[in-house]
Amino acid sequence: MSRLRDDYENSWWRRFQGWVDGETDLLAEGMEIRVPGSGKEDPLGEGKKPDVQEQGRHSKPAAGPGRSRTVYNGRGIRYFRRFYQVMSVFLCLSIIFVLLWTVAYLPAFGNAGNPDNNEVSARYIERGLQETGAVNIVTGMILDYRAFDTFGESCVLFIASCCVLVLLRIDAAEGDEQARKRLAEANDRIFEPKNDIILQKCACILVPLILVFGIYIVLNGHLSPGGGFSGGAVLGSGLILYLNAFGFGKTERFFTEKVYRRMTLGALTFYCLAKSYSFFTGANHLESGIPLGTPGAILSSGLILPLNICVGLVVACTMYAFYALFRKGGM
Amino acid sequence: MILLLSLVVCGVSVAFMKDLLTSIVIFMSYSLIMCVIWVLLQSPDLAITEAAVGAGVTSILFFVTLKKIRAIQKEGRHEQAER
Repeated sequence: MSRLRDDYENSWWRRFQGWVDGETDLLAEGMEIRVPGSGKEDPLGEGKKPDVQEQGRHSKPAAGPGRSRTVYNGRGIRYFRRFYQVMSVFLCLSIIFVLLWTVAYLPAFGNAGNPDNNEVSARYIERGLQETGAVNIVTGMILDYRAFDTFGESCVLFIASCCVLVLLRIDAAEGDEQARKRLAEANDRIFEPKNDIILQKCACILVPLILVFGIYIVLNGHLSPGGGFSGGAVLGSGLILYLNAFGFGKTERFFTEKVYRRMTLGALTFYCLAKSYSFFTGANHLESGIPLGTPGAILSSGLILPLNICVGLVVACTMYAFYALFRKGGM
Repeated sequence: MILLLSLVVCGVSVAFMKDLLTSIVIFMSYSLIMCVIWVLLQSPDLAITEAAVGAGVTSILFFVTLKKIRAIQKEGRHEQAER
């Protein structure tokens, strides 16, 4: 009797799942496509929707383990699943509609009368070269006029890596059995083929090129496109490739947690010290004492070059630290 | 125009892919297309950043995360068989 009922239940369940995931999806979407088109009751609908989704989410776990109960209250779950599905499609479509509606009100791209063509950008474009000495106006902007924003970005990166450290780090200093076990479990390099010859030869050729390119982007940030952030990201990915090819033993020779700490702290402190006076005085420009030099030379544009190096170091260290923490739970 | 269309196609197909690995690769190609668009819009700074961060580091971190949560089942079995 029970076996028969199981079979029946299974088949019903399969039919039910087919109904939920299968071709009837199309029907649900087809039904819903018309709804946001009417569009006017959108604000009202959006107020209601989170509650509905919440209900759907609560009912969803019940559907998994409650397989035996589906016979009894199958209709309710079915109702909720259907409601959940319809409402999710409705929510998606209405959000798409609202976003497209907003985009339709934006002024046309490249129009001369757009509100972003005001005196600020005109000033940057006209006098940026004289005032900052940077040929690449973008770098002059983000590291001279808007240096405070870039400082905030570097700090955000540092804080993000700190958060990853807090979440994923496995403290080996505890020394007990459990920590060692977790460390061994997290270090998934054991299961990989070590010393992959193809990867190592490719890395031998590529890593120096990538690192030199990254350093070039960082150092030439004020002359050509690029700058601290992108160059730092390139450097970080080069380090990650090196780590993948040669393992943690090789990279720990020159890049340990201590090095990471010192480099990041030093770079952020230098940035802060170099720029904090003008931050405190409301971004009044402070003569740094470094001559701006001839625009186009590599030693020009005052503080921008060291600041670029600082940002690049912070970004490269952060990228590498992310990867190392994800892989091993430590540096 | 073709680039923008393929951007939309990539964005939609990321959401509809069953396989997480495939969707990460599609996400990577999304970043690459975005990078080309930045170059066409004459902002090479952003293009470099997009190529390095979007296509490079982010997808590597995604791969590592997938590996950590053992979502790439096939590869894991393969490795064990090799061992």
